[in-house]
Amino acid sequence: MKIIVAIKQVPERDAQVRIDAAGKWIDESGLQWALNESDAYALEEALQLKEKNGGEVVVVSAGPERVGTTIREALAKGADRAIHIDCDDLGSRDALGVARLLAAAMKPENPDLVLTGLQSEDLGLGQTGVIVAELLGLPHATLILQVEKTETGLKVKRELEEGWFQSIELPTPAVLTIQSGGNKLRYATLMGIKKAKTKEVRRVTASELGVDGAQVVVLERIALPQKQKSTQMLPGNAKEAAATLVEKLKFEARVL
Amino acid sequence: MSGILVIQEAGRNRISFEALAAGSALVELTGLSLETAAIGDPNSNVFVETSGTPPAVAHAIQHHLLETYTSDGYVHAFEQLIRKLDPSYIVFPHTYQTRDYAPRLATRFGQVLTSDVTAIEAGPAFVRQLFQGKMTGNYRHQGDGPCFISIQAGAFRANPPQEGKTTILPFEPQMTDDVIRTSPGAPFRGAAQTVDLGSAQLIVAVGRGIKDADNLPMVQELATALGAEIAASRPICDNGWLPMERQVGSSGQTVAPKLYLAVGISGAIQHLVGMKGSQCIVAINKDPEAPIFEVADYGIAGDLFEVVPALTEAIKAAGQ
Repeated sequence: MKIIVAIKQVPERDAQVRIDAAGKWIDESGLQWALNESDAYALEEALQLKEKNGGEVVVVSAGPERVGTTIREALAKGADRAIHIDCDDLGSRDALGVARLLAAAMKPENPDLVLTGLQSEDLGLGQTGVIVAELLGLPHATLILQVEKTETGLKVKRELEEGWFQSIELPTPAVLTIQSGGNKLRYATLMGIKKAKTKEVRRVTASELGVDGAQVVVLERIALPQKQKSTQMLPGNAKEAAATLVEKLKFEARVL
Repeated sequence: MSGILVIQEAGRNRISFEALAAGSALVELTGLSLETAAIGDPNSNVFVETSGTPPAVAHAIQHHLLETYTSDGYVHAFEQLIRKLDPSYIVFPHTYQTRDYAPRLATRFGQVLTSDVTAIEAGPAFVRQLFQGKMTGNYRHQGDGPCFISIQAGAFRANPPQEGKTTILPFEPQMTDDVIRTSPGAPFRGAAQTVDLGSAQLIVAVGRGIKDADNLPMVQELATALGAEIAASRPICDNGWLPMERQVGSSGQTVAPKLYLAVGISGAIQHLVGMKGSQCIVAINKDPEAPIFEVADYGIAGDLFEVVPALTEAIKAAGQ
């Protein structure tokens, strides 16, 4: 089974993001970057499927030079090789534009299965995998927690809302978007990190893939969110703030 | 029609009506007319119940291959209706089902779904959250094709029903069973629910800020002092630190207690949709810019490892 995992590098979860001078994107200088969380679960699912059924795991990621560190992390965890779509203009591509890059890089590989996380922690559009499925002409399923290989294809467990689930059977090749929590994530071993240095990372550009930068949806500006409620921030040290809070909850909000 | 087509989801009236309210907001901005469409029998609930000014026309899409939801079936059916009607805007409720098929439908038109929209401003500009709620972004659609958007649950208020007459037009798409490549099973519940957070009056919820399972007893002590149920955001349950049935959010339970005390929860939208109806929300988080403070009534920006024990003591002292 040849599995391709699309992964994205995003600002680290606790990073303090600031708006850039043009007000169109965040100031990326000095930011720490990490592998998008649900993509980490997609990679984990791919590695476990390979361990059970044999085959190859190829990671694909689009972005500038810095993305290389996230790709090496995936290789250190056990992916066999990688394709780095080298582009500095990811932010000015819409979801279809990014999916076009990924699909163009995946197509010649003829994968049996394409996995990706269900949504990114930066843009949160939650649709890259679904668009890739349409561009590749493959069936898809989203919000997947478990994947099992069957004689005819795959059986997957899909999460529905409010604690419900369903099983779906689908033929391969197929595209799945993976929800977090289905597996326990592995850490890279020292041996894995060492091996990753010798694994193949093929770099391609958007123009080599024949994908232009056309956009149908444009992110015009970003801003800090407007408060929905006027929050009373309670000052003082932990003890003082705690005492004030108990007072407020008892006599102001009257919920205790 | 060159108007606004609002897609309704059967069995999901509330969020469907919120999408209808967003469609009405677009009517105000653009002057276009509004129609609705849903998959289902013309006598089904989604057509019978109304909200706001009833649309002049509702399209009831029917085919035996659409009785069970599949992304292939829905994409195929809606593609045909949209090609026939040629709307300028297509508005969806942002449900798991929409997330599953609407991006694929938009791709079929060379378009992009602007998903999880929280507000519509002049332009029209579509506002949605970025960076887990730390930022918002304004998106604009360009070019000639139809503009696809989905509306976040709770972002628009459903309008009270008004008098009026809707003509329901049946629409039967052309489709054969080879269109549908997936075989979905019937929905089932996860592990038996033994905790009903929905009826809890006081909830202490813990998030990623707790750092390690070994630190949970500290939060449990606070919950015990308050007489509250303990709950968690998704990552805590993903890690197996608390059972899944204690998860609050879009994939867990929806709660509305008198007091919701969020400890070390940043406030990603997936969590907020499950608790923002709470009467009083308290947030304790080290990051003063965490999105949880946007919905909180009271906030303490500080180290939870200091604040939580101090709060437990203060509650115990107050109870004596």
